[in-house]
Amino acid sequence: MSSDLYREQILDHYRYPRNYGSLEGADISHEDQNPLCGDQVRFEVCLDEHGRVARAAFSGRGCAISQATASMLTEAVQGKTLDEIKAMDQKTVLELLGISLSPVRLKCALLPLKVLQAGIHRYENEAAGR
Amino acid sequence: MVAKNGPAGTAGGLDVARLKQDFPILRRMVHGKPLVYLDNAATSQKPVAVIRALVDYYERYNANVHRGIHTLAEEATAAYEAARAKVAALIGASPDEVVFTRGTTEALNLVAYGWARKHLRPGDEILVTLMEHHSNLVPWQRVAKERGLRLRAVPLTEDGRLDLEALDGLLTERTRLIAVTHMSNVLGTVTPLAEIARRARAAGAVVVADGAQSVPHLPVDVRALGVDFLAFSAHKMLGPTGVGALYARRERLEEMEPLLGGGGMIRRVDIEDATWADPPARFEAGTPDIAGVIAFGAAADYLRGIGMEAVAAHERELVRYAWERLREVPGLTIYGPGPEHRGGVFSFTLEGVHAHDVAQVADGEGVAIRAGHHCAQPLHAHLGVPATARASFYIYNDAGDVDRLVRALHAAREVFARP
Repeated sequence: MSSDLYREQILDHYRYPRNYGSLEGADISHEDQNPLCGDQVRFEVCLDEHGRVARAAFSGRGCAISQATASMLTEAVQGKTLDEIKAMDQKTVLELLGISLSPVRLKCALLPLKVLQAGIHRYENEAAGR
Repeated sequence: MVAKNGPAGTAGGLDVARLKQDFPILRRMVHGKPLVYLDNAATSQKPVAVIRALVDYYERYNANVHRGIHTLAEEATAAYEAARAKVAALIGASPDEVVFTRGTTEALNLVAYGWARKHLRPGDEILVTLMEHHSNLVPWQRVAKERGLRLRAVPLTEDGRLDLEALDGLLTERTRLIAVTHMSNVLGTVTPLAEIARRARAAGAVVVADGAQSVPHLPVDVRALGVDFLAFSAHKMLGPTGVGALYARRERLEEMEPLLGGGGMIRRVDIEDATWADPPARFEAGTPDIAGVIAFGAAADYLRGIGMEAVAAHERELVRYAWERLREVPGLTIYGPGPEHRGGVFSFTLEGVHAHDVAQVADGEGVAIRAGHHCAQPLHAHLGVPATARASFYIYNDAGDVDRLVRALHAAREVFARP
């Protein structure tokens, strides 16, 4: 099971996270954690003039599953509209990872998308309020 | 003998290979490998004698306890009260000082709401320690907020023992209660409870001890310890989940308010008012977990049959062996004191591998350990780590189990090694 869970692609994203850090002048910036295990993820996103993701970055700490998923998501959302990201779900995340997960570890995998989508909601609410 | 099974030595004198036969679950395979169960600080496994006690009650004499005249009710009542005597005997208490609860958490809440809330006044102080489980912290926070009490925490020494000098500084005439663990569920630290109780008594403070980790693993004598209250759970000491006990010194029991009103806890009821039954019945309103309590008694009997001195000696050997073996693993940090001050609980981090991933790889090797903050967030904040992996032992573990753990940790390092 563990050999499955820690596929080379997942380990590679964990060891060498893509787009790790923060973005100057980010439009979307949001952070949250999984209170049960303390996994923590922050997402920052810059949008282009068409409202698509120009750049996405993450930072945080936690297990291989949460951090690798965050890294993969920064690549997967490249060029996507916010509506497209809001439509992403558990299935999207599991396809990215290419594995199945126990309910406990699923929470690790879903944290990054949850943080990103919460950031988008906050951004849209603030935009609507302006 | 342990000596025949591996290098853990003979001091415990436990025949672990034979003991293992009493635990059906230990024959289980996990991911194609024989289970090595090292999550005993969370819950222990159950011997056949305990499982049979549960089934026996339901198959042979299931009836509600107390006030029954028929044969089954009399048998159930006798078995229920016999369990109280067995549990009391294990800790050197008299049976009428043992209140059955749902577990340690409920027992500690009973003291917080039934005793402290009634007897403490605004400005009084409660001492806790930095290594308390949330269940011996949150109830005191709540009562402190409600009653205007001050909560202060006793710090730890560098190596994770209770700082007794700091304790002396914190114990003042305002200190009315000290809530302290007898064994940390994270660091494994065994606290000098008798000494703490002596100093607390001298300062006029009541001592509430969390015995969830100590009663299953150490000889415990409430009179020798001199504590006012001791809370513990059946399921960490070979018994079923959902049952635990609160020991309370007789005069404290008399001072305590019941939390629940209802059947079984009254002496006399008229439409306007009611008077309470004597303790411990006063604190056991409603139909209790009868089967669970009887099986708790069976667990206490099983442990007394082995002898708590033998249990403790076996675990001391295992702790010494694990301490040496774990320190061979590169990048591994053990939290807490050396083997002479700890019980069979090891929390650790492995450099470059998150605790969850350590536990996941270990599970793949058939080795069950826990990862997280172990319901002790203030302690983890103090240690500066969000989570630790934890291996914890019991009577059915041996040196071979420690070897399997060490192999699993090497496997985790290999999975996460940078190519």
